[in-house]
Amino acid sequence: MIRVPRSVGISGLLVLMFLYLPVMVLIVLSFNASTMGVEWKGFSFQWYEKLLADRSIIDATVNSLMIASISTVLSLLFGLGAAIGLETWRGRHTSWMNILILLPLVIPEILMGVALLMVFVLFQVPLGFGSIIIGHMVFNVPLTVVILRARLRKLDPTWEDAARDLGATSWEVLTHITLPMLRPAIWGAALLSFTVSLDDFVVTFFVAGPGSTTLPLKVFSMIKTGMTPEVNALSAIMVVVSMVFVGLSWIFQQRAPVSPTTPSSSE
Amino acid sequence: MHTVVLENVVKTHGQVVAVDDVTLSIKSGEFFSILGPSGSGKTTILRLIAGLDVPDSGTITLQQRIVNADPPHVRPVNMVFQHYALFPHMTVFENIAFGLRMHRQSRQDIREAVEEMVALVRLKGKTQRFPAQLSGGEQQRVALARALVNRPVVLLLDEPLAALDQQLRQDMQAELKRLQQEVNATFICVTHQQDEALMLSDRLGVMHRGTLLQVGTPQEIYEQPVSSTVAKFIGLSNSLSGMVTRTENNFCWIQAEAFPTVMARCPEGGVEHGSATVMVRPERLHISVDGPVNGYENTFPAIVHHVVFHGNEMFYQFRLRNDAIWTARVPIAGTHARPLVPGQSVYLQWAAHDGLVLSS
Ligand SMILES: Nc1ncnc2c1ncn2[C@@H]1O[C@H](COP(=O)(O)OP(=O)(O)OP(=O)(O)O)[C@@H](O)[C@H]1O
Ligand SMILES: [Mg+2]
Repeated sequence: MIRVPRSVGISGLLVLMFLYLPVMVLIVLSFNASTMGVEWKGFSFQWYEKLLADRSIIDATVNSLMIASISTVLSLLFGLGAAIGLETWRGRHTSWMNILILLPLVIPEILMGVALLMVFVLFQVPLGFGSIIIGHMVFNVPLTVVILRARLRKLDPTWEDAARDLGATSWEVLTHITLPMLRPAIWGAALLSFTVSLDDFVVTFFVAGPGSTTLPLKVFSMIKTGMTPEVNALSAIMVVVSMVFVGLSWIFQQRAPVSPTTPSSSE
Repeated sequence: MHTVVLENVVKTHGQVVAVDDVTLSIKSGEFFSILGPSGSGKTTILRLIAGLDVPDSGTITLQQRIVNADPPHVRPVNMVFQHYALFPHMTVFENIAFGLRMHRQSRQDIREAVEEMVALVRLKGKTQRFPAQLSGGEQQRVALARALVNRPVVLLLDEPLAALDQQLRQDMQAELKRLQQEVNATFICVTHQQDEALMLSDRLGVMHRGTLLQVGTPQEIYEQPVSSTVAKFIGLSNSLSGMVTRTENNFCWIQAEAFPTVMARCPEGGVEHGSATVMVRPERLHISVDGPVNGYENTFPAIVHHVVFHGNEMFYQFRLRNDAIWTARVPIAGTHARPLVPGQSVYLQWAAHDGLVLSS
């Protein structure tokens, strides 16, 4: 534990409070019995019960889960290929590719949404599940690539050399050595992609079609008719679920990086 | 018959010439060591033989077949890596079985072969552990078993004992010899420990900056080093430069400034008149405290400079007239009842046949 001056510790605490205060308020209010406003009228589960009874919310949840799952799986496949490719041919013509692949993460999402919509219209892609999944992959693939490459860099290439020397073809090296060693990073990337996809509003808003309403879109349409405690309850669930997923993702990525030098070697 | 033949092999990494025009033939069933300082290209030679690196030019022949273009998984060669490179996500059993699985052996065959190997390297009862749960010596055995289970024609060992402590290293040296006899393969072992190379090998090659300086039996290299670089590398640390003034009957006479004429052995191929270096082994120096004694051709006055106690030996450093530092190793059980003290004047004496002249 690092010893820090008390004032630094307190300012850290204040920053955390600043970040999490809105979320806490939201969660507390979702248990408020009052129908209107922020005045506390007693503890109640009624808003959660109402949510469960609302058919359109259940539909939106199912849509969101489906879209998040499919875009996560596809992003993993593409991301794995890109990450391994970029690491294998590192140093040749990859520096500009490195930047290109990360660009979607920093381009304002609203621009990305508009651009995607134009492309879909241009190529007459019907708006709906497909277009949303593709839209989410635009940020999930780069995210996956970043996470997987960080882990790939830590893998000692002599493991692959050892496997090749023992008779593994390059395909067998991938399936027996590289992928198993990447497993924690793959789980981490998947959980993060899933969460980002589940929470995305802007891109989804532009490329969604009829019948493909996701949870964030649903929340937005509910707010348009006024802040109800029901929205608080729904938002609280989404926040908690997202935080759990992001936490799990972080734990997976922290999993003891497999170190090239064994603990008992003297160097 | 030669199992491995390298002809004019060159390998560069960008600007660095890791292996520079190496030609080398290794006999079947031989224990061959490659000795050289760090960065001299030892690992690169092994990687070239294994197929993990491809030579820029030259040919590599395994069992009379040029294998330059063969990928590693088809070569009958296996390697024990410098830090073992055991697969951390596999148990000892799975590590050893890996090569056989890649060669599509049946489950039954794999189990039998692994058990045999486990017995051979004495790892019984540890097969379900992961590499991180093993000691350094045990990891070393797993690495050996994993490579040997494929019954390679050639086993490549990259500093196999470097990570082990002194005691374990001595045990494993004997173990390596025993293993080689039992599996009857050609062993090519890289090391930068000269005593290890001299003890273990049938023949050895000394590398320096990518080139192979000398190949020969340990005795040849120890007694007839071709250059002062080789001589220094195998423990001939005392040297004196001068001019060759006379050669006769395989002996040379050397005149060095401020020294009486020195008499020493000529190298195998003779020596040209001109500048040359005399090298003397530390264990061949005789230290005379009370004036020179008879029986030695060469006598240098010297001052004791530094004294190091080494358990069973004393290491002495002496300052010569030309300020050069020479070392001598004296067994503790030797004649010196009272150890020398720094600043003391003594005479270093050595016989002509214990000095070797190398043209410089
Ligand atoms: N992949 C590489 N890229 C660039 N340079 C390399 C690479 N591999 C080796 N070299 C260089 O080639 C030279 C020979 O390296 P090599 O690993 O064969 O030395 P070595 O004799 O095994 O040394 P050590 O005893 O330290 O293991 C060194 O100068 C090294 O820096
Ligand atoms: Mg090396």
